[in-house]
Amino acid sequence: MSAVADTHAQEHHHGPAKGISRWLLTTNHKDIGTMYLVFSFAMFLLGGTMAMVIRAELFQPGLQIVQPEFFNQMTTMHGLIMVFGAVMPAFVGLANWMLPLMIGAPDMALPRMNNWSFWLLPCAFLILVSTLFMEGGAPNFGWTFYAPLSTTYGPPSTTFFIFAIHIMGISSIMGAINVIATILNLRAPGMTLMKMPLFVWTWLITAFLLIAVMPVLAGVVTMMLMDINFGTSFFDASGGGDPVLFQHVFWFFGHPEVYIMILPAFGAVSHIIPAFSRKPLFGYASMVYAVGAIALLSFIVWAHHMFTVGVPLAGQLFFMYATMLIAVPTGVKVFNWVATMFRGSLTFETPMLFAVAFVILFTIGGFSGLMLAIAPADFQYHDTYFVVAHFHYVLVPGAIFGIFASAYFWLPKWTGHMYDETLAKTHFWLSFIGMNLAFFPMHFLGLAGMPRRIPDYALQFADFNMVSSIGAFMFGATQLLFLLIVIKCVKGGKEAAAKPWDGAEGLEWTVPSPAPYHTFATPPEVK
Amino acid sequence: MRVHAKRAGALLGGLVFPTWSMADWTMNMTPGVTGTSNDIFGLHMTILWICVVIGVVVFGVMFWSIFAHRKSQGHKPANFHENTMVEILWTIIPFVILVVMAIPATATLVDMYDTTESEVDIKVTGYQWKWQYEYVDQEFGYFSNLATPRDQIENRQDKGENYLLEVDNPLMVPVGKKVRLLLTANDVIHSWWVPEFGVKKDAIPGFINEAWFRVDEPGTYRGQCTELCGKDHGFMPIVVEAVPEEKFNVWLAEQKAAAEKERELTQKDWTMEELMARGEKAYQTACAACHQPDGSGAPPAFPALKGSPIATGDMTAHIDIVVNGKAGTAMQAFGNQLSEVDLAAVITYERNAWGNNTGDMVTPKEILDYKNQQ
Repeated sequence: MSAVADTHAQEHHHGPAKGISRWLLTTNHKDIGTMYLVFSFAMFLLGGTMAMVIRAELFQPGLQIVQPEFFNQMTTMHGLIMVFGAVMPAFVGLANWMLPLMIGAPDMALPRMNNWSFWLLPCAFLILVSTLFMEGGAPNFGWTFYAPLSTTYGPPSTTFFIFAIHIMGISSIMGAINVIATILNLRAPGMTLMKMPLFVWTWLITAFLLIAVMPVLAGVVTMMLMDINFGTSFFDASGGGDPVLFQHVFWFFGHPEVYIMILPAFGAVSHIIPAFSRKPLFGYASMVYAVGAIALLSFIVWAHHMFTVGVPLAGQLFFMYATMLIAVPTGVKVFNWVATMFRGSLTFETPMLFAVAFVILFTIGGFSGLMLAIAPADFQYHDTYFVVAHFHYVLVPGAIFGIFASAYFWLPKWTGHMYDETLAKTHFWLSFIGMNLAFFPMHFLGLAGMPRRIPDYALQFADFNMVSSIGAFMFGATQLLFLLIVIKCVKGGKEAAAKPWDGAEGLEWTVPSPAPYHTFATPPEVK
Repeated sequence: MRVHAKRAGALLGGLVFPTWSMADWTMNMTPGVTGTSNDIFGLHMTILWICVVIGVVVFGVMFWSIFAHRKSQGHKPANFHENTMVEILWTIIPFVILVVMAIPATATLVDMYDTTESEVDIKVTGYQWKWQYEYVDQEFGYFSNLATPRDQIENRQDKGENYLLEVDNPLMVPVGKKVRLLLTANDVIHSWWVPEFGVKKDAIPGFINEAWFRVDEPGTYRGQCTELCGKDHGFMPIVVEAVPEEKFNVWLAEQKAAAEKERELTQKDWTMEELMARGEKAYQTACAACHQPDGSGAPPAFPALKGSPIATGDMTAHIDIVVNGKAGTAMQAFGNQLSEVDLAAVITYERNAWGNNTGDMVTPKEILDYKNQQ
């Protein structure tokens, strides 16, 4: 036993391979984490560019820049790229970098599969983006791709879209298996489940959600594939099928999916707020139970996306009550974060700014979510800009601010340098103002009656649309600043200490900055 | 004072943004004109204020901490990290608030689902991209298309007051009657929404959904399709005219007489010029959205008609595709949507416009014979 350990120890001095093969063949969790993060940022810029096209067209009433066909392709691709290309891979990247460091493991449990699940992603997105150049254009039926618009009436490129979704699904499932195997098997001695950092907890639960619902997504796109190419009629009423079945299956995937995109952010913020409050997280156990409760409830609320399709009254009531219930554990989390800040000793470095903005703005998104849960009121909100405002409030200052907060929090650990605090604060404030300017007026537009997914609108919506577009351009342009800040931080800057934040807790701060290529060859002891 | 401020604002807006000085800054839902929409508005305001109050309390504590408990103010951190009593309280209190909220919501929902005892039944069918209204007991119906001219959409003309919210044939309903809608669709899923009625219901192919409303105030009410249904999703508005019952009955009689007259036109002897003139009009309403006003189409989904094998080839094949549509594509069956006269006119127009100079002509009688043979 000890002989084996000795030979192994000698190998630890080797660094990364040279050149491109380091990235193609790597099994190192840090390299793979970096690749995920870089990929997701590239997709964020691509999906963001499409958002800029959308907002440019909506700047004024009338058709100016793009035709409705292309506008629909932009809304569809923007949604797909942001959900599957930007937010999800960013969290997988954070998981790859941080989970082993947080639980004291030398690497992920299944390193080769880790490499494979990353490299599938660029392939999937190459296929998806290539549909833009195909005859008939890219998918144009919205990111929710409701049948029969996406089957009988879909463009020829739909089959490529289905294939891309399949590949992304495989990648996500493998990533999730890896996360679960790592967390359950490779924790440092002494780290019981209820001693795990919250980011680990939230990712563990997220991974179970992924394994549960990605096959459902694969199933629904496979049924589409059969309807389009093999003459079945799953979703075609004239062949005995049911278009509403599509929505049930899709949202059975879709609702847990929204928690997949937010739970890891909950985890990260639960580290950042205590660190900059210099006070332990309030209610650790209730945080864990709340995340578990949210995850369980997420499986029984899917039809709240379908209140207008004609669900029977009893079903309507069930889904309304179940949806309202989610507010309880979500409220617990928000109260805990606020209680953590209460009577702390607060400083506001950039990670904290993003985290505090996360709590405030995500809560606003939660409030509009609660409003949407009231089924009768949803008849007025459904498929209007109110919904667009709602999910952008939970995704942009929710998921994406969570990712930015995490990135600034752990950049010193990743690069060994402190980022430029002034630039980073500028990034925060411009993002904060731009984002609110872009998305807050959308509440008003929706309440005033503007449907979503339209390339042109009636004149009474003109003012707020122009405000919203200005905010969106501001938010979009600001993100280039983030790229600059990260490049600057990688290249140089003030040397970072092993623990650059005086209030931070956790094993990741016990290794030097930058984290060596191999860490925790010998597991640390957790008391 | 307020009026002056508003006027000044409007004037300033008019100077800065001359094209849309009439736009407004509506920020909230409108109560609407039906019992349902008023109930919904009540629920909306209740839940909104609940959220505002919770927000003020939670963010209040947070901002207090942000200002008072800063390190730069020399504040030393406390070390508490749990309190079972507080945690139980802030789980139970939100739960109770939700239960209180769920009670009126349930009552409204039950009322919205009660479609019994309706006095007027109207079947609403969504098409890409128009609505069809059929008065079930009257055996009478018609299509309702966007009336905003293309020139306004393409910015060649100033936009009118009801830009994108105007149609050629609005849905007519009598005031004070319970109107039941039976909603379905011909191709993809659409959704019928008139905000002032508090009615939004999906129109799904192969299914019939129900919704109802009762309007007491005569007037014009506008809405839009709210389910993405393809290219012109943003261009299929809904306009409802609520009129007193006598007026409604007069209108109904007139429309039925007009429809009868239209049917008689089938037997008339049509000349090429008459058909071409009528065909151009019908083409712009029924066909131009996909095949474009100049017949150039938008391939591959919407093929060009200019110089196409169908429009310049065999006449029967041309009639067949217009009357019966093409399965599995966006090409609808127009046999029941257009009158024989319009079908004949459109087909004649397509075979002779934009350089398709076939010289062919088909009469309404021939179309009628073709339909009867099927």
